[in-house]
Amino acid sequence: MSLRVLVGCKRVIDYAVKIRVRPDKLGVVTDGVKHSMNPFDEIAIEEAVRLKEKKIAKEVIAVSCGPTQAQETIRTALAMGADRGIHVEIPAKEMEKLEPLHVSKILAKLAEQEQAELVIVGKQAIDDDSNATAQMTAALLDWPQATFASKLEKTDGELEVTREVDGGLETIKVKLPAVVSSDLRLNEPRYATLPNIMKAKKKKIAKMKPKDLGVDLASHLEVVEVVDPPTREAGIKVEDVDTLVTKLKDAGRI
Amino acid sequence: MATATRLTSRYWTKTFLGQITGVTTTISRRTLVTTCVRKWQASGEFYSEQHLQLQSSLKKLIDVEINPHVDQWEKEHRFPAHEVFKKLGSAGFLGISKPEEYGGLGLDYGYTVAFAEALGSIHCGGIPMAISVQTDMATPALAKFGSDYLKETFLRPTIAGDMVVCLGVSEPGAGSDVAGIGTTARRQGDDLIINGQKMWITNGFQADWMCLLANTSEGSQHRNKSLICLPMNTPGIHRTSRIEKIGMHSSDTAQIFFEDVRVPAKNIIGEEGMGFTYQMLQFQEERLVGSAVCLAPLDKCIADTINYTSERKVFGQPVLNNQAVHYTLAELETEVEALRSLVYRATALYIGGEDVTKLVSMIKLKAGRLCRQVPDSCLQFWGGMGFTQENYVSRLYRDMRLVSIGAGADEVMLAIICKYAGTLPKVASSLKKKERQASN
Repeated sequence: MSLRVLVGCKRVIDYAVKIRVRPDKLGVVTDGVKHSMNPFDEIAIEEAVRLKEKKIAKEVIAVSCGPTQAQETIRTALAMGADRGIHVEIPAKEMEKLEPLHVSKILAKLAEQEQAELVIVGKQAIDDDSNATAQMTAALLDWPQATFASKLEKTDGELEVTREVDGGLETIKVKLPAVVSSDLRLNEPRYATLPNIMKAKKKKIAKMKPKDLGVDLASHLEVVEVVDPPTREAGIKVEDVDTLVTKLKDAGRI
Repeated sequence: MATATRLTSRYWTKTFLGQITGVTTTISRRTLVTTCVRKWQASGEFYSEQHLQLQSSLKKLIDVEINPHVDQWEKEHRFPAHEVFKKLGSAGFLGISKPEEYGGLGLDYGYTVAFAEALGSIHCGGIPMAISVQTDMATPALAKFGSDYLKETFLRPTIAGDMVVCLGVSEPGAGSDVAGIGTTARRQGDDLIINGQKMWITNGFQADWMCLLANTSEGSQHRNKSLICLPMNTPGIHRTSRIEKIGMHSSDTAQIFFEDVRVPAKNIIGEEGMGFTYQMLQFQEERLVGSAVCLAPLDKCIADTINYTSERKVFGQPVLNNQAVHYTLAELETEVEALRSLVYRATALYIGGEDVTKLVSMIKLKAGRLCRQVPDSCLQFWGGMGFTQENYVSRLYRDMRLVSIGAGADEVMLAIICKYAGTLPKVASSLKKKERQASN
C-alpha cells in the first residue's frame, strides 16, 4: 500500500531573529521580520519526501495555514520535494488568534478530504511552542498518534516509531492511518537544489478558506500579556564549598 | 530567456569590437529594458520569490556546510575547494546562468546576482571570492564562445563541482593592464607551446584547469591574445609556494610558471586572437558579481557594529548613543543601499541587453571605496577589540581591502568611466601605447 501523506508546515519568525515584544504587550513584533518554515515542520517534510523516495508514500501534500506569505513556506516544501500544496488563507490579523485546535480541525478535515493515510507535523512550532496540533488532530480523526518521532519505519500496515522520551527511547507500533509528530533527530532536512526550486514554481497550490472546510475560528484562548523573559542577574564567586552551601541555604535553594 | 542571452552576447561582442576598433556601435534596446525595469519597480522588489528561495536555500547550505569551518580554514590558510564546490555543484549553484546542455540552468543574470549577494553571508572574503572565480570569472567566455568539445571537457565538470578552475590573466608585469601580458603560446603543428608566468592566481593551488590568457601571435595587443583551457596537470607547469597576503587567508593564491607547456590548439576558446575581447567581456560579469558579493558583508559589518556599540559602555552609556557613532552608521548604511540599487539597475539593464560597461565600472569603483570606508569606520567604533583577530569586522577590514585592487583597480575603473565621458586625455593614452611598444 502506498500512502498519501499530508504534512503541516507553519510560517514562523526565523529562528535566528531576536524576538521583540510589541509595545501593546499582546504579542511580538512580526512586521519586517524575517520568517521561514518552522524547523520541526521542515523535518516533517523531509521525512515525507524520504518516504516517497522509498516508494512507501505515493504523494506528499504540504499544507500551511496563514496569510498570503504562507505560500512562500509551501513553495519551500515543494522545492524540497512535496508534490502539491494547500494554502488555507488566514489574514494576518486573525493569524494572531489562531489556536492549535483550529489548525487541528483544518488538518483533520483535509486529511479526510484528501484521503490521506498519514499526517506528519512538527512536534511544535518555534513561535508559540504549543506542542498540541498533532495530538488534537489525532483525537479529532480518532487515529492513533506517535509523537516526538526520532525514527520511522513502515511495517505491514503499521508504523514502527521510535520516540524520544525522558530517560531514553521508546518504540511503539501504530496502525495506519496515523498522525506522527517529528522530533529534532528524526532526520536532517535537505537544502532545496536550484533545479528543484525552479520546478516547484510549476507545482500547484490550492487555495481555500477555513470556512470552506467548515472550520470556525472562534477563540477559546485570550492573551493576557506577553513579556520578555526576566534578565539573568550577575552571579557571584565563592571561596569554597562550605561558603557555597551556606549561600545556597540562605537563598533557600537547598 | 534563451533569446535574451543570445542577444546579450551578440550585442556585447559588437559593442566591444566597436570600442576597440574605434567604431561606435549603438543598438538601442531601451524600450525592452524600460519595460523590464518598470515591472520590477511596480512590484517594489528586485527579486522574485524564486530568487529569494534560491538565496534562502544557499544560505542554509552556507550555515551548515561552510560557516562552521571558516575560522579553522582562515587559520590554516586554505579551504577544501573540491569538497565545498562539490556541495554547491550538487545543489545546482555553480551553473546558474550557464547553458542547460552542460548541466547549467540557463537562468538570466538576475539569478546569478541573487546568488552572488547570498554568497556574502559566508563569514570571510576568501571563500566567496574562490567560488565566484569558478562561476563568473573563469567560465563566462568558455560558456559563450567555447567549442562543444571544450564545454564538454571543462565546463560540465566545473558546473558539477568536480573540477576547480582558476583564471590566469595577471602577471608580475601586467595586472589591471591586461593588454601588456607577456606569456606566450606559440603554435607548433596542432599544439601550442606555452611559456611565461602568472601571478595572484586565486584557486591556483587547487585548480584542475586554468582559463589562461596568452599571446598567440605578434601584432596589435588587442588582437594577438587567446583564452586557452589549460589542464593544470600538464607537464611544465610549476606552482610555487603560496603567496602570503594580509587578508583573504582561506583562499590560496599562487604564482605559476610555464615551461614549454604543450596543449592542443583546439583548447583555444572561440576564435584565436579574440582573447583580449573575451576577457574584457568576462570582466563585466566578474565586476558585477564581485560587487554584489560585497553587499551582505558591508551590511553585516554595520549590523555587528550596532550590536557591539549598543552593549559596550563608555562614560556610563552605550557607545552607540554618541551622535558621531549612530549618525556615521546611518550614513554608511545609506551608501551601501545606494550601491545595492546600482547593482540591481545594472543587472536589469544587462539582462535587457544594454552595454553596462560604464555602470559596472562605477559599481566596482563604489564597491571598492565602500569596502575600505565601511570596515575602517566600523572598526574604529570597536576600539581595542577592533584591532584583534577575534571579530568579523577586523577580518573584513583585511579581506575587503582587495576589492579596490582585484579585477581592475579603482584607478582603472576611473579611467574607463573617463573614457566613456570623453575626458581621458588623448595624449596620455597614446603615450601609454608608445611605452608599451618600447617595452615590447
